[in-house]
Amino acid sequence: MTEKKSRSSLIATVVFTLVCILWVYPVVVILMNSLKSNRFITTSGVFAPPTAESFAGMANYIESVTSMNFLKCFWYSVVISVTSVVLIMICCSMAAWFIIRVNDLFSKIFYYLCIFSMVVPFQMVMFTLANTADRLKLNTPYNICIIYLGFGAGLAVFMFAGFVKSIPLEIEEAAMIDGCSPLGTYVRVLLPILKPTMISTAILEVMWVWNDYLLPTLVLDIKKYMTIPMAIQYFRGSYGTVDMGAMMASITIDIIPIIVLYLVCQKYIIEGVVAGAVKG
Amino acid sequence: MVGKAIRKYWPVFVLPTFAAFLIGFVWPFIWGIYLSMCQFTSVKKATFVGFDNYVKILADPTFSHSFFLTVAFAVISSILINVLAFTVATMLTTNMKGRNVFRTIFFMPNLIGGIVLGYIWQTILNGLLSMWGQPLLALSAKNGFIGMLILLCWQQIGYMMIIYIAGLNNVSPDLTEAAAIDGATSWQTLFKVKIPMIMPSITICTFLTLTNGFKMFDQNLSLTGGEPAKATQLLALNIYETFYSRSGKQWKGIGQAKAVVFFLIVVLISLIQLRTTSKREVQA
Repeated sequence: MTEKKSRSSLIATVVFTLVCILWVYPVVVILMNSLKSNRFITTSGVFAPPTAESFAGMANYIESVTSMNFLKCFWYSVVISVTSVVLIMICCSMAAWFIIRVNDLFSKIFYYLCIFSMVVPFQMVMFTLANTADRLKLNTPYNICIIYLGFGAGLAVFMFAGFVKSIPLEIEEAAMIDGCSPLGTYVRVLLPILKPTMISTAILEVMWVWNDYLLPTLVLDIKKYMTIPMAIQYFRGSYGTVDMGAMMASITIDIIPIIVLYLVCQKYIIEGVVAGAVKG
Repeated sequence: MVGKAIRKYWPVFVLPTFAAFLIGFVWPFIWGIYLSMCQFTSVKKATFVGFDNYVKILADPTFSHSFFLTVAFAVISSILINVLAFTVATMLTTNMKGRNVFRTIFFMPNLIGGIVLGYIWQTILNGLLSMWGQPLLALSAKNGFIGMLILLCWQQIGYMMIIYIAGLNNVSPDLTEAAAIDGATSWQTLFKVKIPMIMPSITICTFLTLTNGFKMFDQNLSLTGGEPAKATQLLALNIYETFYSRSGKQWKGIGQAKAVVFFLIVVLISLIQLRTTSKREVQA
């Protein structure tokens, strides 16, 4: 019995190993092609690994960084992601705390509006949102975070509110009786308790903002600022010959930070997914 | 007491988020509904036309095509993703060697953005299709549709798998043991014990996959761009294209009206889906 079990488990492991190799294969293909020189990247030749003849070293990466101005795009993506997520974390955790503890009519309406906003497809507001952002001059990488705070508030408030509900009120009461102001209570009591939820939510939001294509495309001035997804779409989507090697290198540069972040914070990402799902 | 103290601080705690929420969601939403009843090229020159735009949607054959394509796509992708993710999750909750590594790998594609995903799969699928002598993605509606299905499966199976694993780990071993003692086969345990117990996970996963399939935009834009001749254009892309790539003063209003219809459909699906599946949930 046990022998039979261990054998079937071994077979399962082998099968899953094969499936997993297949699973990462698309990424490997991109990586491989980013190291090949341009004329070897043909439609049907993408599966051939780089050989001594077709190996191009870092040429595609250099090309991508210099001619596509990719470093600048990378910088804008980082700025937008970091400012937006920091702003969302601070403001939405405060708002969620307010909503749960004050719990008046305004709070309830705001909370249900947040849930409602999570269902609304972006196309519904894209034109008017882009227009509003333009009028308020919120159309640079340095202040687009306000738009992200507004449109991303739904998920974050919802996640934080779900967690704040489970915090016993007595802890906060004790802090306030001891003379802590509401702001002090927020910083000294609430933030430490919220930390795990914060990390999970922050990662979910980073993934969203980093990968977002349509919102920055419509809001930012494409001639001045481009994020990485915008740059990739712009170069690949424009007609004429496409520098495939530089393209593959750009995709690789886009994926690597995400995969590193994932491997470092894997536990929190998985927790974030589960928490988001259970509360949804 | 805490509530009263916090309330005085509303300009600090709730005002920034609420103001941004008004700018980023509430106002564009209300304005969007108003504009769906206007003819406009820029927001300054909007003339009210009532439900004219909604009537004109019916006369646009690309909309009905996109609509039925999107329904088919959302339903098929939802079934595929859920069945596959559930299968993987049941396998990975057994005592298999290396299951944590497998979980990590399955989840990975979820982190890659839609535009990049589209180009990765365009490269792979066009490579395969040209090897087999088949028409490329942008030349065959059938291949494009299947390509989008493969892409979405690759992206979302890992995510749904995580939710299913969390659900399966919550099924008490007492129940499965009791079923085993009563002589249930492993299939019976699966269908009579485990699946009813994880109905909440199934609800949320079906909901997520259906709405994700319905709202899919980036992947559609980059993988096929709606080619050939708008045959693989899903609803979200159809709305975008109506707004930004058609000349004629009527199109922006019609695009906004399409967006309202799209929004109503998504809300309707969410409501129906949540209601029907939560009826089948059981308490332990």
